[in-house]
Amino acid sequence: MRHLIPEFEKMKERFPAGFEESLVLPCLHRIQADRGFVADEDIVALCEYLKVPRIQVEEVLSYYTMLRREGIGKTHLQVCRNIACSMRGAEGVIEHACKRLGVKPGATTADGKFTLSTVECLGSCGTAPVVMVNDAYHENITLETLDRIIDGVVEERAVEIKK
Amino acid sequence: MPGRQLIMNFEVTPTSHTFADYKARGGYETLGKALAMAPADITKEVTASGLLGHGGAAFPVGRKWGVMKPNPGEIHYLCANADEGEPGTFKDRWILEHAPHLLVESMLITSYALGVRHAFVYIRGEFDLPYRRIQAAIDEAYAAGLLGKPVPGSDFTLDIVVYRGAGSYVCGEASGLITSIEGRKPYPRNRPPRLTVKGLFQKPTVINNVESLANITGIIRMGAEEFRKVGTAKSPGTQLISISGHIAKPGVYEVEYGYSWAKFLDEDCGGMLHGAKMKCVVPGGISTKVLTRAEIENLTLSHESVNPAGSGLGSGGMIVIAEGTCMVRLLQVLLRFYHHESCGQCTPCREGMGWMHRIIDRILAGEGLPEDIDRLYAISHANDGTTICGMGDAAGFATVGILNKFRDEFEYFIANKRSKMDGRLECPA
Repeated sequence: MRHLIPEFEKMKERFPAGFEESLVLPCLHRIQADRGFVADEDIVALCEYLKVPRIQVEEVLSYYTMLRREGIGKTHLQVCRNIACSMRGAEGVIEHACKRLGVKPGATTADGKFTLSTVECLGSCGTAPVVMVNDAYHENITLETLDRIIDGVVEERAVEIKK
Repeated sequence: MPGRQLIMNFEVTPTSHTFADYKARGGYETLGKALAMAPADITKEVTASGLLGHGGAAFPVGRKWGVMKPNPGEIHYLCANADEGEPGTFKDRWILEHAPHLLVESMLITSYALGVRHAFVYIRGEFDLPYRRIQAAIDEAYAAGLLGKPVPGSDFTLDIVVYRGAGSYVCGEASGLITSIEGRKPYPRNRPPRLTVKGLFQKPTVINNVESLANITGIIRMGAEEFRKVGTAKSPGTQLISISGHIAKPGVYEVEYGYSWAKFLDEDCGGMLHGAKMKCVVPGGISTKVLTRAEIENLTLSHESVNPAGSGLGSGGMIVIAEGTCMVRLLQVLLRFYHHESCGQCTPCREGMGWMHRIIDRILAGEGLPEDIDRLYAISHANDGTTICGMGDAAGFATVGILNKFRDEFEYFIANKRSKMDGRLECPA
């Protein structure tokens, strides 16, 4: 984590003075983007850097669903299964993804290429069903587009501008 | 077009979200006008406009600001709530993606009015493009000298930080949002004291929804009197409605208050998906009670029309549900969500959501008991008003709303161990 401190210092500039504790979440985001997850040594270094108690960092890590303590597959497929997506075929999408990848939601494929997760509302109900592929939303997903994602054909964001 | 438009009043192009395009549309001109006014006069104008909050509770924005009573030399904060997580709602995302500078200009004006030196945009962590767009807009505003140093021609300075959440529904609740910015898990706080008295790090803080803030520039530009000419007397202006579910043309629509609900669905949104018949509609996010087609037939999209029908426009997250949809399975999706998102601080919500989730799972597994329906009612009522934030109540509203209107489907499922509606959530072609 220590190599990220110059970046953290830059981040601090826009915060009001005395907001060190507020940096817990943004720093954890950055660490996770760097390593793929948050390791024990990151927690120790972050506590030291921000001068916050370890319990605070652990609490944040265990509460927020986007933060991870362990690595996952190279491509993270997160399928929304909340109301609007379910009404537009999310259940079929989840079933198809499980079949194609041979894993259940929450698991990683044996070759480490994919992790499949189900998530609650992603705020993309008008273009349901939606799948997050790593950081990017892929909207109006069909079983065909899901196959293309899995086959590695679609790598860029599917819908950049929505008119 | 469902009435006049105040926010979606420009053509979306690949560059319409940029500083240059916003400026060409007359952007940041209102900021100059605002900075020539006395801060208190801006609050007066916003109060006179009758603008209602767009986060869900429709609390008058001017009244919230009025509580803050800015004292020179004291620290005040402003937070734009962009933690859009109410299922069915995706309208703030439109503003963040397509009109981020409208939000930045509005935050500048609001901060000037309220004596704010540092403002925050709290955005949900999953939002990728909206985050990049609002961060890029703020960076452009810094580069143009509008943020980070005195705005040209004045001594007013503002910094805006975009703060990313990390996957939590409760962060959309104002006090949970603040606790999250303080670097903790987002436990909501008891009121009083109000957040406008003791908010972020115990300093007076105004938290407004993105869409509420986005209206500020327009109100100052046209004046409260002109703004009130749009919409109805009790619901001035417009509301962004994000519509999804079994509807032909889902998406975000700006609707002038007072527009016919039936006309909006049948004409503007292209009617039902695959020509299905409409069973019911969730008006404004899943925490508002469902209304049947018959109930909305003569209503208009305004608070004074929808509230007496026992529901509300809430966050504008409208979900249309077709005939043939299984309401037992639909409620299971909702209760699973509430159980997953309960932060665990208050016992009635933490335990109650789990109980309700397990009961509905049991019914779906064909092991429901006749008294389970009354149990769901009892737990909903026990949550009502007994938790620190409104999530406990919201889950209860949603549950009671569905049980009241579709009790027969639950009774059928328990008695016959199968759905009365062949268990579908989708609408067949």
